[in-house]
Amino acid sequence: MREKYEVVIGLEVHAQLKTASKIFCSCSTAFGAEPNSHTCPVCLGLPGALPVLNGTAIEMAARAALALNLRINHESIFSRKNYFYPDLPKGYQISQYDRPFSEHGWVEIPTAERNDAGHAKEWRLKKFGITRLHIEEDAGKSLHEGLRESSSKSYVDLNRSGVPLAEIVSEPDFRSSWEAYDYIQYLRRTLLYVDVCDGNMEEGNLRCDANVSIRTRGSERFGTKVELKNLNSFRFVQKALEYEIDRQIAVVEAGDRVVQETRLWNEREARTYSMRSKEEAHDYRYFPEPDLPPIVVAVDQVARVREALPELPEPRRRRFVEEYGLAFDDAAQLVDNRATADFFEETARDSGNPKAAANWILNELARELKSSGTEITESPLKSDNLSEMIRMIDSGAISGKMAKEVLTEMCRSGAPAAEIVKGMGGGQVSDESQIREIAARVVESNPKQLDEYRAGRTALLGFFVGQVIKQSGGRANPRIVNEVVKEILER
Amino acid sequence: MPITQSDVEKIAELARLELTADETESFTKQLGSILSYVEKLNEVDTTGVLPMSYCRISGEDSNDALRDDVVRPGIGQQAATANAPDPEAGFFKVPKIIGG
Repeated sequence: MREKYEVVIGLEVHAQLKTASKIFCSCSTAFGAEPNSHTCPVCLGLPGALPVLNGTAIEMAARAALALNLRINHESIFSRKNYFYPDLPKGYQISQYDRPFSEHGWVEIPTAERNDAGHAKEWRLKKFGITRLHIEEDAGKSLHEGLRESSSKSYVDLNRSGVPLAEIVSEPDFRSSWEAYDYIQYLRRTLLYVDVCDGNMEEGNLRCDANVSIRTRGSERFGTKVELKNLNSFRFVQKALEYEIDRQIAVVEAGDRVVQETRLWNEREARTYSMRSKEEAHDYRYFPEPDLPPIVVAVDQVARVREALPELPEPRRRRFVEEYGLAFDDAAQLVDNRATADFFEETARDSGNPKAAANWILNELARELKSSGTEITESPLKSDNLSEMIRMIDSGAISGKMAKEVLTEMCRSGAPAAEIVKGMGGGQVSDESQIREIAARVVESNPKQLDEYRAGRTALLGFFVGQVIKQSGGRANPRIVNEVVKEILER
Repeated sequence: MPITQSDVEKIAELARLELTADETESFTKQLGSILSYVEKLNEVDTTGVLPMSYCRISGEDSNDALRDDVVRPGIGQQAATANAPDPEAGFFKVPKIIGG
């Protein structure tokens, strides 16, 4: 059934810019404060209050725009978007409309469909267009549940009113729910890289609405689109889209037509619900905001912001594959977080063994961090400690097995690897004469096995090797033990 | 461009205003005469003039009206909700918003 239809998805992402104060007044943007405690006449919408634009919000929007290959307009203006809602005290939202901050962007990113277990089938690169990124203020928050009179009243908290947002509108370029998922993940990662948004969907500083429609494959015309809201996590976005695609196909297959409407995702019931019973056409009556001058961004300002941008996740992933010979998945996982990618690069350089660095970071270290609930930047383990440990493995000073213990201890205490190895009773024994001594003793004290071996039961080699390593307290280098034992047995 | 009665009804609905038939009629007339007065501006030839949304006072190429990102205390919960008809627990309390 799916094959008959093509899915068309466009996404609108609202990213909270992480300024300390609001966009048009000096109230704090801190999350979780007492209701209405971060308010003033401007963000309460009191008569006569005038907005003054926060310069840092513009800088952050510029960083985000350039990271998404958008062209920043030399001059853009604010507009009033008029509508009534209790959490919008002015009766209009200050947003941008016909002359937005930036336009004509794109990203080219890896994307893949997933199997039932959630594993990527086959990664490929795809380019998605970004129509615009504009700046606007957030509205307040309405609470519908959990308070004394919630059954008959709604409660409004205006702490969020006036928090700066970047609205990032994509082209209708997504053809599956997973493409949309990969794009939002990439968007989040990029915003974190350029340090303009905390990217936490649960706290609402990254929010996503989706427009979705279906059309018969090969058709040029778009189908009727449905707007999805209340997508509060990355997985919700993907699940809600999947549900909505199935629903629309079922409607069309039954001979009906999809209605243009807004639907809300209900996670508990894993379905979407129509938000409005009667369809009211939106008429926002946008007009230029007379209280604010245009935003002017000079050419040299753009150049300065561009120059200060860090390497972005996708170019970095490509470079990790080319420069360090990493596998696609490993590189993708490492760049997921800027601090992890930085840690990897330091370790790769200092240890001279990028593949080992990637393996240790993605496996053992990731496990350690997860079990102790620490971020890589908070861990006592520093990249030079890990580099030292990898060099010790490569020189044969410690075995891989010992290294795991060393790593655990480094994560706990932050002590240098060599010191920990000394504390553990020394490193791996690779000294041949020392191993030969132990091996001779072991062979001597197992005459029966020796006879059997010499009679042709060569599989007993493993027994002798095991005994020697055991006698050495697990420290003898297995490769050398193997050679020496064989030599003695076959003498 | 004359304004019609249905224009006035639509604007009233968007502004959540309830108008009587008499009011609708008199506002149609009044708004019509205001609009035709302003219409006079259309007689000016603006060919080649860039649209202006704001009257700038100083340097054209600078953002001279920006604020530093510094937090200052607001007026506080108490003052914020002091004029509200029905505050509770620091919130503004409003009729139930349907279809949230």
